Amino acid sequence: MLLITCPYCGVAAEETELHAGGEAHLTRFGPDSSDEDFTGYLFHRENPKGVHFERWRHVNGCGKWFHAARCTNTLEVFGTYSAQTTEPPKDILDTIRAKRPGFTWRTIA
Amino acid sequence: MSTRVQTQGRLINRDRPVSFKFNGTLLNGYQGDTLASALLANDQMLMGRSFKYHRPRGVVASGSEEPNAIVGLGTGNRFEPNQRATTTEIFHGLTAISQNHWPSLNYDVGIVNNLLSRFLSAGFYYKMFIHPRPFWKHIYEPFIRHSAGLGKAPDAKSRDEDRYEHFYAFTDVLVIGGGVAGLQSALTAARAGAKVLLLEQTAHLGGRAPVDGGTIDGMEPDAWIAKAREELNALPNAQIRTRTMGAGVYDHGYVLGYERLTDHAPEAAGPRHRLWRIRAAQIITATGAIERPLSFAGNDIPGVMLASAVRDYLVNFGVSPGDRTVVVTNNDDAYRTAIALVQAGLKVPAILDARPEGGGALMDEAKALGIRVETGAAAVKVKGAKRVHSVCRGVQAGEGEVLEEIFCDAVAMSGGWSPVVHLWSHCGGKLIWDASQAAFRPDHDRAPTSHDGNPFVVTSGAADGAFHLNDVLQNAANAGKTAAARVGAEKGDAAASSGEAPDEAPLVPVWMMPQGAKKQLRMKAWLDYQNDVKVADVQLAAQEGFESVEHTKRYTTLGMATDQGKLSNINGLATLANALGADIPQVGTTTFRPPYTPISMGAIAGEARGDIFQPIRKTPMHDRHEANGAHWEPVGHWRRAYAFPRKGESVHDAVKREVLATRNSLGLLDASTLGKIIVKGPDAGRFLDMLYTNMMSTLKPGKCRYGLMCSENGFLSDDGVVARIDEDTFLCHTTTGGADRIHAHMEEWLQTELWDWKVWTVNATEQFAQVAVVGPNARKLLEKLGGMDVSKEALAFMEWKDGELAGFPVRAYRISFSGELSYEIAVPANLGRAFWDKLIEAGKEWDITPYGTEALHIMRAEKGFIMIGDETDGTVIPQDLGLDWAISKKKEDYIGKRAQARSHMTDPKRWKLVGLETLDGSVLQDGAYAIADGVNENGQTNTEGRVTSTYHSPTLNKGIAMGLVLNGPDRMGDVITFTNGGNPPKKARIVNPVFFDPEGEKQNV
Amino acid sequence: MSDVALALGGANFDGLVEITELAGQGMVTLRGDLTDNTIVTAVNDVFGVTLPGTRETAFSGDTGALWMSPDEAMLLCSYDKAQDLADDLAAKLADAHALVVNVSDARAVFQLKGTMLREVIAKLAPVDMRADAFTPGMVRRTRMAQVAAAFWMDDASTARVVCFRSVAAYMFGILSMSADDSSAVNHFTR
Repeated sequence: MLLITCPYCGVAAEETELHAGGEAHLTRFGPDSSDEDFTGYLFHRENPKGVHFERWRHVNGCGKWFHAARCTNTLEVFGTYSAQTTEPPKDILDTIRAKRPGFTWRTIA
Repeated sequence: MSTRVQTQGRLINRDRPVSFKFNGTLLNGYQGDTLASALLANDQMLMGRSFKYHRPRGVVASGSEEPNAIVGLGTGNRFEPNQRATTTEIFHGLTAISQNHWPSLNYDVGIVNNLLSRFLSAGFYYKMFIHPRPFWKHIYEPFIRHSAGLGKAPDAKSRDEDRYEHFYAFTDVLVIGGGVAGLQSALTAARAGAKVLLLEQTAHLGGRAPVDGGTIDGMEPDAWIAKAREELNALPNAQIRTRTMGAGVYDHGYVLGYERLTDHAPEAAGPRHRLWRIRAAQIITATGAIERPLSFAGNDIPGVMLASAVRDYLVNFGVSPGDRTVVVTNNDDAYRTAIALVQAGLKVPAILDARPEGGGALMDEAKALGIRVETGAAAVKVKGAKRVHSVCRGVQAGEGEVLEEIFCDAVAMSGGWSPVVHLWSHCGGKLIWDASQAAFRPDHDRAPTSHDGNPFVVTSGAADGAFHLNDVLQNAANAGKTAAARVGAEKGDAAASSGEAPDEAPLVPVWMMPQGAKKQLRMKAWLDYQNDVKVADVQLAAQEGFESVEHTKRYTTLGMATDQGKLSNINGLATLANALGADIPQVGTTTFRPPYTPISMGAIAGEARGDIFQPIRKTPMHDRHEANGAHWEPVGHWRRAYAFPRKGESVHDAVKREVLATRNSLGLLDASTLGKIIVKGPDAGRFLDMLYTNMMSTLKPGKCRYGLMCSENGFLSDDGVVARIDEDTFLCHTTTGGADRIHAHMEEWLQTELWDWKVWTVNATEQFAQVAVVGPNARKLLEKLGGMDVSKEALAFMEWKDGELAGFPVRAYRISFSGELSYEIAVPANLGRAFWDKLIEAGKEWDITPYGTEALHIMRAEKGFIMIGDETDGTVIPQDLGLDWAISKKKEDYIGKRAQARSHMTDPKRWKLVGLETLDGSVLQDGAYAIADGVNENGQTNTEGRVTSTYHSPTLNKGIAMGLVLNGPDRMGDVITFTNGGNPPKKARIVNPVFFDPEGEKQNV
Repeated sequence: MSDVALALGGANFDGLVEITELAGQGMVTLRGDLTDNTIVTAVNDVFGVTLPGTRETAFSGDTGALWMSPDEAMLLCSYDKAQDLADDLAAKLADAHALVVNVSDARAVFQLKGTMLREVIAKLAPVDMRADAFTPGMVRRTRMAQVAAAFWMDDASTARVVCFRSVAAYMFGILSMSADDSSAVNHFTR
């Protein structure tokens, strides 16, 4: 059972306190978007064996949504950070680059 | 015969006799006995029968790896099948029954399977039950059902009498296993300053060491163990839990511990089992090793046991499995058994050592005691039926020529030891093949890793492949030091105790005995005792092309019994490797999955049973409804009254009465469960415009508006009335089941997408009790209570107002879900019950009638109002329901708007909402489909719609329904046909969904 | 007001700890930036406490404040004063971006009294209850068995547990079960 630290309240929360919210850093496409953009936003998801960026909510806790950078293979958590950002913070990316040289995720490398 | 001897028995108390029943017979044992040792002491070697062939089986092991001595324990509400006699501590009054036999353990009819065994080879289920096809249903399936299932299921009417609980624990270092390795690791880690919790599955610390002998720091093992326990007990940072098994190791240092509190003392108060939910930074698995059987013909005859088990029964329980025991081995350790037996005054006619050169110091010691040792020898076969009669000796290098028949009543066998790597492997630890021990052991370079990417499991002692006593202690100390250092505890000196024991000569792997055994012998050489898998079965599977160990496991059922292959795994895969001509590491092992041994369902459920099985949400008026005879309906976790039947009244009649009373005079509904979410901020109006399909920002303070919420993919998700409290504050009502979900939905959008919008939300659902006062006399009742003006002018339809009624502080909403004159009154929850009582009392003159959810549903359906969950099912958009009026055309955006423009959503062929009336006034079936012409490509009848809500309307005295129908709104008056649950289809006319008071005259008075 | 009815009417259970449904606990939810000076000052003026830091509590007599999240605090006072204090605070924050709601009726509060309270809580919540990990002065929002809950310790042998009113009977049930006299784990005490 995963243990993920909520960046808002600092609790190292076990999975039963958390709610998984799928892929992070999606760009919303609204009313005037093309079918292709909208379909990508609504349905197309990364499914990496390796580094992934995810949304979690500390639902049985402080209630905050946050992001986690996690390896879906080893379950290593590289870091958690605010959900109110469009890209992972540099220090976390540096950590990942050091630990997983050559990783890519969407447009991030 | 097996019997109690006069000496030894370090775990039993001969001053405390204990009587128990086995298959109805009263037997005696001593306090400290396991059921297996007590049965052996009573010469009850036969303890069960195997699953497939019903072969008679005796106990083979002395611990949790036991595959044969599986019994049903207890009676009635405490009956439990498939319990291991070897891990069951006896107590006064214990009742056990053996399994897999009929009519009795001694005379079993199913043994006929044994005679048919040549037809029941590997994969026989797949081969035998395929053809002819029609036989499946009437012959094969009933046969399989009859013979399937291990043990007896508890009686369906019985109810577990015991209590269970969970416990969350956190520690730096968790040590699993309380043998000398576990104790040494715990001592080292605790001395270094780490917080240590040690779990031991049995009632005793020390593991095998006291049985195997040697000395530690010059002390007898028992003395050293007592000293270690004292030291740990004295340390403030160390704890010990006995009778607690480390059941499984999971991600990020999560471990389940299974504590058996009262299994050995069922009359004791308190929970029976406690499930420890442990989070450990580091885990040391000091889980020891399991001895392997040898594969020779007749190795399953009662009386053939593991050499270590024979020694355990003798030393720990003072029980001899036989007077004359032949020892068969490929290693030195089994000599300890021979020596112990002879020292106890029992006979060992011979030791058959498969190694051409024999063993080391222990062999010399055995020889010095006058024990005959045959090297390069094999047990060709064991003779006997329900008991060992003799061992036929041959040469290991041969094909099974019998050189001598040695008469005996027990056989102690040892094929070497396999480290218990289960807990290392549960969470991904990898193994390497240790050719010198012929065993898999943990590969330290490929340990399971935790959330930080670092290793979190360390193996200790025999579990790490260290077998000599001193190696065990040094290895264990290193493990303790490693784990402690990883949690930053490095003080003190990490010196280990030193162990003295004879040096041992290397073993020689023996996977078949004799190595060239002919087929008749291989057909009687068992690998998996419980599931009756033989050497020949695995070889056949290999011949038939099963190369993967995982496939072979499933095809032959090797290792699929309750013991999960603890004894059979390595022998089985070595046999497979040999048959495939492959190396053992190349074949690999099957996956080790938790739990290590089965744990009770009760422990998993914990406290969740009876009244606290799950949370039941109750409104402030719950008790009043209960007293009023409520017939309850679950809505999410809430309990809502479905109706209030009076004495002698049917639920159906009660619903009818409630509808008519409300329509004609005055009804009362507990609406407290409706969600009430407060949304405030300068961007609150803009935010609600985003959430709802219609415009909320234009709502005036004091007014209410009905709104729809969709998900981002366009589907209708929730509905409710929004009240604007002031310029930047709104109160959003949600459905009963929707409050938490919609509040979470709002927070998700605010926190993750619209985070620069200034909006706060609070879910205030439970702050208020809410009562709908409904019917033509509703206003009169409120006026009678007095305190605020509720007239049409002061509080018009779709308005709200704060005020006071009968002295209660209230917020009154003039909204209606029934089409009647209706007020929903919110009061602080703690006043809800008093307010309800006041309404009931004051409403007597109008025959005030509490009504339930069914009357609510009927009245809304009569008015053509949709219900989330009835008209919607996650695939319905508001446009399907004719709710276009509630979808703003002016707004640039709302959640779901873009999705509703997708081609499938705008398809004119989407089924649309209509009303439906049967031609004969009867009620349509819920969920019934409208039948269209022709069939689809799968030959199924085409459909053109379905019923979403259907009721008998007491108001109109006929069946009414709503449904989604192809081109429905354009087909008013058409008659279509609906399925009717297997009965002749029903004809129904498409009508306007508003059946009652279409102009809304009643609610606007 | 005499008509006030607690969810369980002041239920009580005595076992490993004494469990009492508390009457008279007022609770006010504050949503807003807890580091905003206007908000900190207003709370101090009305409730007499300084808003606490992350996962901390602050008390002054019968008023107090619990940190719930970076933008949410639970303000405590006596039940009778809750509405007035909430109105007062809301008025003071009229020009700030904040939401103040009296939620005194929305919740049930249980007091646990006794030295075994750490064990009783540890049977239900996935929280490290060791004495050096959870101390008076801290508050924890979490899950207890199957429902959301928050708890804090007033002193070494007193804790308060808060849950939604509708599940008060469930909470009382699981607490009582966990506090059964014969179920001591003796993990935190020896």
